[in-house]
Amino acid sequence: MSICVQLSDASLQYAGAARATFSGLNLNLPAKKWTCLLGPSGCGKTSLLRLLAGLIDSSHQLSGEISCSDGLSIDNRISYMAQQDLLLPWLNVLDNVCLKARLLTGKVSAAQQHRARQLLEQLNLSGIEKSLPDQLSGGMRQRVALARTLMQDTPIVLMDEPFSALDAVNRYKLQNLAAQVLQDRTVLLITHDPQEALRLGDQLYLFSADQQLLPLPLPDSLPPRAVDAELGHYQQSLLQKMQVQHG
Amino acid sequence: MAKITFNTATLGSSFSSLCRLAITTAVILLLWQVIVVYFEMPPFILPPPLLVLEKLIGSYQLLLSHSLITMSEIVLGLILGLLMGLLFALQMLLFKPLRRWLLPVLIASQAIPVFALAPILMLWFGYGMTSKVIMAALIIFFPVTTTCFDGLRYTPIGYLDLAHTMGANKWRQLWHIRLPAALPTLASGIRVAAVVAPIGAVVGEWVGSSGGLGYLMLQANARMQIADMFAALFILALFSITLYYFTDLLLKALIPWHREQTGH
Repeated sequence: MSICVQLSDASLQYAGAARATFSGLNLNLPAKKWTCLLGPSGCGKTSLLRLLAGLIDSSHQLSGEISCSDGLSIDNRISYMAQQDLLLPWLNVLDNVCLKARLLTGKVSAAQQHRARQLLEQLNLSGIEKSLPDQLSGGMRQRVALARTLMQDTPIVLMDEPFSALDAVNRYKLQNLAAQVLQDRTVLLITHDPQEALRLGDQLYLFSADQQLLPLPLPDSLPPRAVDAELGHYQQSLLQKMQVQHG
Repeated sequence: MAKITFNTATLGSSFSSLCRLAITTAVILLLWQVIVVYFEMPPFILPPPLLVLEKLIGSYQLLLSHSLITMSEIVLGLILGLLMGLLFALQMLLFKPLRRWLLPVLIASQAIPVFALAPILMLWFGYGMTSKVIMAALIIFFPVTTTCFDGLRYTPIGYLDLAHTMGANKWRQLWHIRLPAALPTLASGIRVAAVVAPIGAVVGEWVGSSGGLGYLMLQANARMQIADMFAALFILALFSITLYYFTDLLLKALIPWHREQTGH
C-alpha cells in the first residue's frame, strides 16, 4: 500500500479558455504522507486533483505524466472525496459504503457488508446502516463518505476540500479522524483553509499566482497537529504569503 | 429492488388531498344544481346532478362494460408510452450520433396533433383497442421522453466522477447512477402522462370505435341523452383523477429520497 506518485510537467488548458489553467507543473506525493495543496478558489488546485483522478475530459488540452513508484498505472488505484459527500440519496448508508462493489460487480457480498459494518463502527457510525443519507447530519454524512473511501481500499486518496462544508467542531473532529484512518495512504488534500493544511500536512504547497507550487514550512510535530501558539504563528506567516501571492 | 413503504406523513397528506377533493366536488355539484334551477335549464341541455346520479345507478352495467374498455386502453397506452419514451430517451443518451436523427422525430411527434393522426390510426389499426392504445401512447410520448432524457442528461457530475474513479463502466453507471438520479424528473413526466393519456384514448374512441366511454358519449349525444353523456363523463373524470393520485402516491413511495430532499 505504499506508493509514491510523481506528476511531471503537467499542463492543462480548458477548451475555449484564453490561457492555460497551469503549465509545466511538477508534484511529488510521498508514500503514506499527506500532501496539502493550498490556494484560493479558482486558482486551479481542483483541476490538478481532477487531472490526477483522470477526470479531465480529453476534449481539453492536457499533457504531462503521472507515474507511480511501483511502476503500475494510477488508474483504479485512487479514492476520491469531494467537497460534497456524494452519497447517493437512494441508497442507504451500508449500500453507499459498498458502492464500489455494486458498481463493479452489480452485487455486494456478505464479506464486503461485514467489512463495511466494521468501518462504520470504527467511525462511530454503528446503528445507522439502514438510514438514508438525508436522515443524517452533515458531519455524519462526511464520515460515511470517509467510510466509503476506506472501503475502496486504494493506496492513493485524493481529497477536494472534503471538510469545508462542516461547522468548526465537526471539521476539527473529522480532520483528526481522517488523519488517523488514512495514515497508511498516500493522500493529496486540496484546501483553501490554511489551518487545515497546517494541521494535516506532511508537506505543504501553495498554488502561487503564477500557477507554480511553492513549498512551505510546517511545524515539526506530527499531524494531526493541535491548534496551539506554534500553529498560530505558522498560520499567520502563511496568510501573509497568501496575501502577497493573491492580493 | 426498491422497497415500497407508506409512512404516516404520506397517508396524512393523501387524506387531506382527498378531503380537499371532496369539498371541491361538493361545491361544483352545488353550483351546478344552482345553475340548473336558476336558469331553468332543460335536461337535454344541462341535466341536474341528481338525474346524472340516477343514470349512473340505473345504467351501471352498461357504463361499467364501456368503462373497462376505456380504462384498459388508458392503462395499456400509459405502459406503452412510458416504455417508448424511456427507450427513446436512453437511445438519445447512449448513442450521441443518433440523437441528431432522433430529436426531429421527437419534436415532430409533438408538432403533429394527435387528433389529426386519429383517422389514420383507425385506418391502419382498425376500430378495436389497438388504435386507442397507440393514441394514448403517442399523446404521452413527448412529455415522458423529454423528462426522462433531461433527467438522464443532468445527472449530478459529482456522482459520475465518483463512479468513474471507482472504475464503473457506462452501463453500470447508467443502471446504478443515471437512472435512479433521473427518477424524480421522470416522475414529473409520468404524472403529466397519467392526466393526458385518457385524452388520447377518448379522442380515439370519438373518431371510430365500437366500445368505450367515448363511444358511449357519442351515441348518447346523437340521441340527446345528455344525462347519459354526463354519467360517462363523470366516470372518465373519476378514473383520471384516481389514476393521477394513485400514480402520485406510487411515485412518492418509490422515490422517498426525493420527498426528503425537497420536503414535498
